[in-house]
This record gives sequence, structure tokens and C-alpha cells, in this order.
Amino acid sequence: MALSKIWVLAEATDGKVTTSTLELLTKARSLADTVEAIYSGGDADAVAGQLGEYGASKVYTTGDLAGALPGVPVSGAIAALVDGGNAPDAIIAATSYYGRDIAGRLSVKLDRTVITNNTDIEVDGSSLVTTEPVFGGTTDVKTTFTAAGPHLVLVRPKSFVAESTGGSAAAVETIAVPDGGKSAGAKVVTRHVEEREGPSLDEAAVVVSGGRGLGEQEKYALIEELAKLLNAAPGASRAIVDAGWVPYSYQVGQTGKVVKPTVYIAAGISGATQHMVGMKGSKNIIAINKDAEAPIFAVSDLGIVGDVHKVLPQLIEALKAR
Amino acid sequence: MNVVVCVKQIPDPADPGALDPTTKTLKRDGKLILDESDSYGVEMALQLVTTAGGGEVTLVSMAPNGEVSGLRTALAMGAAKAILVSDDALAGSDALTTAKVLAKAIQRVEGADLVLTATESSDGYTGTVPEQIAGLLDLPSVTFAKSISVEGSTIKIQRQTEAGYDDVECPLPALVSVTAGVVEPRYPSFKGIMAAKSKPVDTLTVADLGLDASQVGWAGAGQQIVSITEAPAREAGEVFEDDGTAAEKIVAFLDDLKVL
Repeated sequence: MALSKIWVLAEATDGKVTTSTLELLTKARSLADTVEAIYSGGDADAVAGQLGEYGASKVYTTGDLAGALPGVPVSGAIAALVDGGNAPDAIIAATSYYGRDIAGRLSVKLDRTVITNNTDIEVDGSSLVTTEPVFGGTTDVKTTFTAAGPHLVLVRPKSFVAESTGGSAAAVETIAVPDGGKSAGAKVVTRHVEEREGPSLDEAAVVVSGGRGLGEQEKYALIEELAKLLNAAPGASRAIVDAGWVPYSYQVGQTGKVVKPTVYIAAGISGATQHMVGMKGSKNIIAINKDAEAPIFAVSDLGIVGDVHKVLPQLIEALKAR
Repeated sequence: MNVVVCVKQIPDPADPGALDPTTKTLKRDGKLILDESDSYGVEMALQLVTTAGGGEVTLVSMAPNGEVSGLRTALAMGAAKAILVSDDALAGSDALTTAKVLAKAIQRVEGADLVLTATESSDGYTGTVPEQIAGLLDLPSVTFAKSISVEGSTIKIQRQTEAGYDDVECPLPALVSVTAGVVEPRYPSFKGIMAAKSKPVDTLTVADLGLDASQVGWAGAGQQIVSITEAPAREAGEVFEDDGTAAEKIVAFLDDLKVL
């Protein structure tokens, strides 16, 4: 039995709806009769076409947030909509910065729990059952809501495959943002975009990631060179992002990007839970690590117990020679 | 400047985690340690207090079994005192309940200018507790800070984003969640470890905070675990000791997959 209505928190970059939003819309369609989107950009008319194509009949928009962080204003607008008697059975969002901030604030406003990091959602009567992988994906925990809706669910990107319905554009309805008072005090002054070359981590068929085993920041150049030769996206473990070797946008893992490429090459990465969660879904995994006991070898299709400083240059030469 | 840091004591991540088959929660019966992700907030707080030239760092934590060894580590780093909410009734608390308990405890710290948290814990990692605490305390908040400085009554933050980072300004008092890159945590000195033994740890029950046992733990949770199953395991493939032919093997593997 399907639920009657689900809201999906929609995200977009430069007028293009994110893949994770499209994945959520696709899943929501299979769970509820009506799927609507909540959006907080200034370009709702521009994204309404894509949202409609993936199943949203309507998009509620707050309009541009004028530099405010999304948590307070968007959760306030949603709570007002719920209080107005228009409550959905569930509100789902991606486990992203945007989704987490809004879900946390909304959870307080509605006094509802939020279940995070899920990879699946099923309907069970009038409630939902969510699936969350724990311990680096070795165990699945299924959880249900015990209180009345709206149920709040955060879903990891790449949990579902986005499929278009070819539907017409979603109707755009502007919703009011209540005054957040002093809680709305944080303002973005300047945005900095770190440019990266080559295919994106989200879409590349091949991803080459480096970790602590590279030894020093300068050696990350080996990862970049190999990535270029394979038309791959360069990635990184959290350890070297925290160490400041590469920007956060390179990070693969629990707190970074979830990737599912045809081939994932992990060089000098031991395979901490944090990292495995972000790459275990890759179709083929190649691991190079000097420690034969490294957990990464338990999930790799081809494992090389060896020194990345020898293997990577040899691999680069071999590919150049072709 | 007075800073409150929310810290969590967790089972040592070096030991494999396990779920209790009866209660379906993470086993926490062994010794608990300071969650490494919280050491960054503690260090950041200590540095902000030093820069301000006055004030102190107060730790706030919640644990079902009265454990303090993780708190002692943070006190040894230099925090002045700690509040630990410890009560059998807390077992099974969901993220929102956790935030409610921590928010009540934070309200007992007088004159707090700033509340720091990690972005998520290393064991439960729901990642929603910081925003929930801010919501309950009606504070402005900035999540995912990778750099913090304070100028007068404004806090300036570089906030990580998917594409890079944003410069964000926020009036104090505020709540900020910090990433692991924000500062390099110090190791406690011997002197610090000795001093930590006599620093005050105020242990409170749920009732001390004015909450009823029915509002927390299993009773207050809005969620219930229905099953725990082993995920389909990914088969490990071949593992070779590099004998100088590793590059060849990788090229052949990539060739088979037709990605070259």
C-alpha cells in the first residue's frame, strides 16, 4: 500500500537538479501517490521542468535565501506548510550538507526523529522502514518510525537509480519564510569554488584515489597523472583531505562523495570504514597497499601488496607506452 | 570567552563494533574513549579562549554508564570542567533525544559564548545532533567549519561546501560544528594528565535536568530497530605480492574491462 504524499528536498547547482535529488524523486514515486519538491533557489521556474520529469507534480519554493544558510529558513518554511494542514507522510532528503542542516532543524520544529544514512526505504502500513548499513557496510539495520508522521529520512546519494517519467513541469508555488529571529544570524559573505579538472567524481567511469600511503602531499601528483591517463576522476581518503593535501571536494567516503564507478583504484588507502562506505559499491576495485592485512583487500577484485611509489610510476609508464 | 564543547565517549574504533542482539544498540560495555572527531573541537575551543585572553572551556557529554575516561582525556588537554549526563534511562536514545539532553546540560553553563561540536560522531554518525541542539537553544549555527576566528561579538568561519568553501559570519552566541581539518589537536602533557584527575566532573541524571525518564531512551525514541542482518559480502578477489609485474597485471585487468 502506498503512502499518499512525500516531499523531497530538491537541490540544484547552476540550474541543474542534482543526481541525488532525481534519485530521491524516482524512489518517492514508488512509495507515494503524490510526490512534491521543496526548493530554495532563486530559479525554481528553471528547475521545475526537471523536477516534473522525474515525478514531482509541484515544487514549493522559498525563493533565493540571500546568503542565509539553509537550515533555519527552509525548515521554518516547511514547518509552516505542515502546520497549515498540508502535511505529507514523509519528507526525504539526501545525506548532504543541505539535507542534514535542514533535517536537523526541522526535526526540532516538528518534534520528530530523523533517521539518517539510509540506502533504502520501504512502506510498511502507514509507516516507513529504512535500511542503514553500519560497520562499513557489513551489517544492515532496518528501522521503523514509532510516532506519527511526517517521517524524516535522510538517504545516501547513489542509493537508487534515477529514472525519468517524462512528466510535465512541476507547478511552482512560492511559500513564505517565517522570520528566524536570532537563530537566522549566520550569513554567507563570499563563496569560493575550487575548480577541478577532468570528469567529476559523481560521473566518472574510473576513479583513482590516493591516501596516507602516498607519504607526502607532492606524491598526489602520481594520482593526478594516472587519473589523466585513464580519463578518471582523482579522489582521496579523508586522512589526506584533513591533512590539507587536497581539497574536500576530492574526498570519497562517509563524509565525502559516494562513488560507484566501473573501476575504483585505491592507492595507499588502508580501507577505514569511513572510506569503504563511499566506494564499496564500485563494480570493480583495484587496491595497492603495502600492508597485506589492510581491510581494503577484503573488498578488492585485484589486490597488489606493494609500494605505491614503485607500482604507480610503473603503471603510468605502461599506460603511456600504449 | 567561554566555550562549551560537546564530546562523546565511544568504544575504541580499533576494536570491531558489535550490536547487542537483545537491545539492538551498539555495545558500550567496555572502556570508552574520547571520540577522535571531538578532539578537534576541544583544541579549537582551547585556542579561542587563549586568543581571547580569558574564559574557560566546559565539556558536555552524555553516556549511559557513568564512564569518564574519555572526558579525562579532554580535561587533560586543558578543558576546565565537565558536565556528564549519565542515567540508565538514556540507553536507546535517538538523535533528537540526545540533542534535548545535551541542550539542557548546556543551559546550565553560565555565560557560554560559543558551543562547538564535531560534524558527526565516529560510532553513530547521524550528523544531525549539532543542528538539533542549535534549534533547541534557538542559536544561530554554522556547520562544517574548517577554519574559525572571533572578532568582537562575531565569529568568522570558512565553511566547507560540496564545491569549495564559503566565508560565513555569525553573531555570538552561536553553535559551530567543526571538521577534523580545523586545527591539529595537542597531545595531553603529563602535567595535564595529572591536573585532569582533580578537575570537576558534574554528574547529572535525567531528573536533574528536569526531564522525565519516559521522554528519553527507548521510551522517548521516535524510532525502533526492526531487524539487523548481515549485508551480502563482497567477494575478495585475487591478492598478489608485487614481484615487479603489478603494473602489467593492472593493465591486463583494465583491458579486460575495456576501460582503456
